[in-house]
Amino acid sequence: MNPAVKASDTDNDPATAPQVMLDVRNVTLSFGGVHAIKDVSFNINKGEIRAIIGPNGAGKTSMLNVINGFYNPQVGEITFKGETRTQMRPYIAAAQGIARTFQNVALFRGMSTLDNIMSGRTLKMHKNFFWQMLRYGPAMQEEVEHRERVEEIIDFLEIQHIRRTPVGRLPYGLQKRVELARALAMEPELLLLDEPMAGMNLEEKEDMSRFILDVNDQFGTTIALIEHDMGVVMDLSTRVVVLDHGEKIADGTPAEVSSNQDVIDAYLGVAH
Amino acid sequence: MTAEAQDASVHDTIPKLLLRNAQIRGARPAMREKDLGIWQTWTWADTLQEVRDLAMGLRALGLKRGDRIAIVGDNRPRLYWAICSAQSLGAIPVPVYQDSVAEEMGYVLDHAGVQFAVVENQEQVDKLLEIRETYKDLKEIVFDEPRGLQNYDVEGVRSYEAVQELGRETSAHDQLWRDEIARGKSSDTAIILYTSGTTGRPKGVVLTQGACIWAAETAAEFDNLTEAEEVIAYLPMAWVGDHVFSYAQSYASGYCVNCPESPETIVQDRREVGTTYAFAPPRIYENLITQTMVAMEDASVPKKRMFEYFLAVARDYGEDILDGKPVPFVARLKYWLGNLMVYGPLKNRYGLSKVRIGYTAGEAIGPEIFKYYRALGMNLKQLYGQTEAAVYITGQPDGEIYADTVGIPMGGVEIKVADNGEVMYRSPGIFTEYYKNEDATRDTRTPDGWVHSGDAGFIDENGHLKIIDRAKDVGKLNDGTLFPPKYIENKLKFFPNIKEAVAFGDGRDTVTAFINIDLTSVGSWAERNNIVYASYQELAGHADVYKMIESHVDEVNRELAQEERVAGAQISRFLILHKELDADDGEITRTAKVRRSLVNERYAVLIDALYDPGKKRQKIKTEVTFEDGRRGDIEGDVEIRDMKLHAIDRASFREAAE
Repeated sequence: MNPAVKASDTDNDPATAPQVMLDVRNVTLSFGGVHAIKDVSFNINKGEIRAIIGPNGAGKTSMLNVINGFYNPQVGEITFKGETRTQMRPYIAAAQGIARTFQNVALFRGMSTLDNIMSGRTLKMHKNFFWQMLRYGPAMQEEVEHRERVEEIIDFLEIQHIRRTPVGRLPYGLQKRVELARALAMEPELLLLDEPMAGMNLEEKEDMSRFILDVNDQFGTTIALIEHDMGVVMDLSTRVVVLDHGEKIADGTPAEVSSNQDVIDAYLGVAH
Repeated sequence: MTAEAQDASVHDTIPKLLLRNAQIRGARPAMREKDLGIWQTWTWADTLQEVRDLAMGLRALGLKRGDRIAIVGDNRPRLYWAICSAQSLGAIPVPVYQDSVAEEMGYVLDHAGVQFAVVENQEQVDKLLEIRETYKDLKEIVFDEPRGLQNYDVEGVRSYEAVQELGRETSAHDQLWRDEIARGKSSDTAIILYTSGTTGRPKGVVLTQGACIWAAETAAEFDNLTEAEEVIAYLPMAWVGDHVFSYAQSYASGYCVNCPESPETIVQDRREVGTTYAFAPPRIYENLITQTMVAMEDASVPKKRMFEYFLAVARDYGEDILDGKPVPFVARLKYWLGNLMVYGPLKNRYGLSKVRIGYTAGEAIGPEIFKYYRALGMNLKQLYGQTEAAVYITGQPDGEIYADTVGIPMGGVEIKVADNGEVMYRSPGIFTEYYKNEDATRDTRTPDGWVHSGDAGFIDENGHLKIIDRAKDVGKLNDGTLFPPKYIENKLKFFPNIKEAVAFGDGRDTVTAFINIDLTSVGSWAERNNIVYASYQELAGHADVYKMIESHVDEVNRELAQEERVAGAQISRFLILHKELDADDGEITRTAKVRRSLVNERYAVLIDALYDPGKKRQKIKTEVTFEDGRRGDIEGDVEIRDMKLHAIDRASFREAAE
């Protein structure tokens, strides 16, 4: 599966003019005296898989949190789908089509897989609380429609067998998959994945990689992911941005980045 | 509908049965599949259209009478239809195990000379494209599930829908298709099934339409199958069992086949469907019990008590009630209560509540497991079959169930036991040949139609067949008594305390055995009995352990003494090995099968001692390989126990025979 094929869903001819979906300009984020992110700029094109990598404490998760509005940067601005903001809010981000998963799985542990994924549809449900209490007529109709969409996602991610299982009882690899399912239930345009493969064995990683590629391919979803496994990053991503100590040290295709001396130094350490 | 097709006597191919079913039970369900959480149903009338459109599409792509077409994937309605589509054109379907790697699959495709393939999904398409790089004859690949394949722009790869569309575009396609079916006859090759084969390359077993239909009709008669049965299809389509149960029998009896949502959801799907007719290898039944027992360990004390109490009731009376034998009224009452509180809910959990007939086949089932299900009131039966026989050789008729036999010959099957103890059979269902392998065909099938099963066995006093071992492993004692090593070893291994056993006796006067104790089981027994030990060797040599194992061996001898053919093969001496037989030392395979020749060589001293009546102990030094690859020696001084043999009552055998 080559990237040129993947981007073919976009309106523009991908080879000539990639369409920028998200643009981060000169963002600086600090907590007190600690600079988590220093003057970082990069963009994410529509339809691509963009990896954010870097050693521990490089500011990767902070960057995701800035993008979906959980943190507000002191300096800099973010343009999403042509709209520029200095301050994003998580719920606005969600309503505009940004979904995410978390480094440490953040699901409702007592709820079933199905209910967890249904919760991803919340923003798309329009009938009010009282209608939903009745579970009748239009509210039921709405529920059925959403359930259909959720079932498609369950089928897509091959988790039919755990539909009714409380997620707290599931192994870690499956919980990660349920989290991805919930994010997909939002039908996002931009999907932020925070270490989707952390703590997985090789087989689970391969499965997850395939799902990420399929999501990108099938739904045309733009994906930004943080990942530590270099093999995964090199295989999956269209472009890679490298952060180290909050600063951007490289940006380009996987091949360019992996041959960059600064990147090698950051990962392997430099003799002083 | 043509005139011939309405005449029952000419339903001699499966596609003709499809025409019949569409006509006489067009509105009844033929197939279901759970998709997006909802069961979708296709009636026989729908099935006819699906099969017809695909068949004509394949024909438009160039599939002709006699061409081979591979079918690869999990059990999906469309793949079953593909089989019927191919057969309706007189082409030969070749189902391939969906999890085989590209190289194995490539061998089968090449050997069968396959030009077309209908496959489930991207995974299989990728595999076939890889194969096509070297095997150029593969022309067309048709896929069912489009996911991930939208952007494949490769010649000769197309979707199922596209092929059906092609079929519908053919003018007068319905009539053309019916004409093709009318040309089919009973002696046509229906299918080639490649046996997975533990040794050497897989062999392609060729079965005719007549054989498949015979198998389906024999089973229907044996168990009174009707169109109301519900079956779940989840075993590999390349396995003869699935081909007959989920395909041929469905077309012959007109019952509905259900495809599960995913391989992981079978138990739940089975429960929703309410299967009435089930077929599974023993390990599936074993897994269900293990899951239950593990769950019961965590259950509250009252539940556990209740479970144990009623299970004991079921063990005592369940089978008799199932077989319609007289049972005391109080026991019947207890069983009824147990059914309400334990057995019913349990069977519901397993998805087996409605099972009218359940079969286990493929390998020997432990008697404990077999009896467990029967005690719960499930009519579980054993079947002895082979790919070469279109499954059916023998089966257990209702009410005549013995845990250690595989039943009586099914309709039209003849059985005989050759001089070397090998079971041979002849039936209308036997295979035509091994595809492109005359030598193997000649070795297995005699000119007058008897097939060597490769299994040794005998017919017991009730006329039931008993399989004891692979024929090539069976030896003889010097006095001519049959010596089936695995049969004796399996009897020993049914005791949880015995992990492994090796029996000797071929070409000797008596039978002797090596025993390995099971460290987990014996260890926990030692703990409960305050026996202190530092190593396997010490525990294995302990006097109390010897006493316990001696009682087990004695029990086995008692059982052997009651069986005419093997009564002379009682174990006269045994010893407990000073070390466990280990795959790292090459003594057993990774799948835990004993390598006899190597054991014979390494432990020659011990074997000699077993056959030296004067020796009561023997010292031995063995080289072992540790887990980290280091080597070392362990020394042992092994005690040899003599057994008192049980008297053989020859008179009673004669009586039984008369």
